[in-house]
Amino acid sequence: MTWEAVIGLETHVELQTASKMFCGCPVDFGDEPNTAVCPVCLGLPGALPVPNEQAIEGILSIGAALNCTLTESSLFYRKNYFYPDLPKNYQISQYTFPLCLGGHLDVDIDGTVTRIGITRVHMEEDTGKSTHVGRSGRIQSADHTLLDFNRSGVPLVEIVTEPDIRSADEARVYGTELQRIVRALGVSDARLEEGSMRFDSNVSIRPSGSTELGTRTEVKNVNSLRSLHRAITFEIERQIEVVESGGTVDQETRHWNEDLGTTTSMRNKEESEDYRYFQEPDLLPLHIDVSWQERVRAALPVLPAELRNRYRQAGADARTAEILVDGEGLGPLFEEAAVLGADPRAVGIWLTGEVISFTRTAETAVTTTPLTAAHLVELSEMTADGRLSATAAKEVLTAVLEGEGAPGEIADARDLIQVSDVGAIETEVDAVIAEHLDAFEKLRAGDPKTLGFLTGQVMRATGGKADPRVVQELLRRKAGG
Amino acid sequence: MPVEIDIAKVAKLARIALTDEEQETYGRQLADILEHAARVQALATDGVKPTSHPLTMVNAFRPDEVTGSLPRDEVLAMAPDAVDGYFRVPKILDEQ
Ligand SMILES: [Zn+2]
Repeated sequence: MTWEAVIGLETHVELQTASKMFCGCPVDFGDEPNTAVCPVCLGLPGALPVPNEQAIEGILSIGAALNCTLTESSLFYRKNYFYPDLPKNYQISQYTFPLCLGGHLDVDIDGTVTRIGITRVHMEEDTGKSTHVGRSGRIQSADHTLLDFNRSGVPLVEIVTEPDIRSADEARVYGTELQRIVRALGVSDARLEEGSMRFDSNVSIRPSGSTELGTRTEVKNVNSLRSLHRAITFEIERQIEVVESGGTVDQETRHWNEDLGTTTSMRNKEESEDYRYFQEPDLLPLHIDVSWQERVRAALPVLPAELRNRYRQAGADARTAEILVDGEGLGPLFEEAAVLGADPRAVGIWLTGEVISFTRTAETAVTTTPLTAAHLVELSEMTADGRLSATAAKEVLTAVLEGEGAPGEIADARDLIQVSDVGAIETEVDAVIAEHLDAFEKLRAGDPKTLGFLTGQVMRATGGKADPRVVQELLRRKAGG
Repeated sequence: MPVEIDIAKVAKLARIALTDEEQETYGRQLADILEHAARVQALATDGVKPTSHPLTMVNAFRPDEVTGSLPRDEVLAMAPDAVDGYFRVPKILDEQ
């Protein structure tokens, strides 16, 4: 039997506002524990929450970017549960009336576009951080739990998909694209390794072709997009193995262990979750009127998918377009060079090759280097008319990045201009033919290997400055080919 | 119309230990409250505008400004146990 995976993702994104969701403590709090806490985020009796307007703007822009309906009337709820990092014993969240409903995100894998439904996007607050200390460092054998409430009350947006994802690949591409969008909106740095973006995956399997849903497990604790892919791949295979060996999948939460590359069962809760949601009496309803909704949509930046389309229309291939979107400042440079008449294919190769490796090594963005679109145009022209070989062009580009000047100057200074003047090259070609008549006869007889040999001889005779394309063209013509 | 209520479960979810007598008393009181709510729910409300909140105001926001936090010493002094700037609580998961 073949199996199909059914996956839904819940993504938490911390918003990088200045202050927390319901109090004036800072969100950027540094390393010292419990230094950004107040009666509200410590859950002290009598403290009253007041929502941060900027956080509401942030979630609305995420919802709009994900094609959601921004709901006119929305409510905060209390989600009740007991855990030491939740000082109020409830988390302020949303339930029946979230701020954003029913959107979608298209994921493109090698040209195949799959639409992933977005069920809802809602606003809540982050919890504190617990550290379990004990002899072995393992959670289960911890002696004590240490609590830091700096993170408590940081604005948190939860984005829930429909179970529309069918593979670990799709999950990773969805996660990558969501991260790009959130960053493009400027609402979060969305760093998985630092926890400002977190993915929980609901994974189940079913026989291919079936429309029923199998029992799902929830996989937590992935801290990179790579581990998201690994964890889902593992969990799918584990479930198939369980079912094929006659067992059944338990509905449970499973913990991804990065070092072991496995998921393990968290202790089963004694009874099913009962969060006893009820409307937060300390907060007023939210009313996002149509003009607010329209303002949010109008203020959206150009999103990654549209940028990729634009770059492709300007002549970039799919992979190049993706790299241009992800690399800071690369896309605008590409577009400007293409508009000014540079060869988009060559510019794409340079930007995704030499330029990226230079900026990576220098740990900077291309916008801080001297490279301009005009330089790329000049380089493109010099390559197209044969003055620069592909190899020389790359050398010149690196020199431009290092601040040595414009391509023309650099090529002159480094003596890299190749000779494309047919008359001059022909003289050298004739001399080489006279010297290697045997090889030339073989070329005439149709032996292609001698073309390389003779070209090499001409290149050597010209000190590598002849345009090899012109040399080969001349040799072929003279051999009557 | 009597309303069934699992008072033991409610108490457990709220982490409140109740004696049998208290379960009996509070169970009866809660059932009375729910019965009252059921009577209200049974009223004909056609033509009455739905209410989602007792107040008619909406959107009480604050600007995104940092207004300060409490000194850590004061905060930790309120706790039964603290170490190295952290609150310290008993372990939360049992040995497996
Ligand atoms: Zn606070």
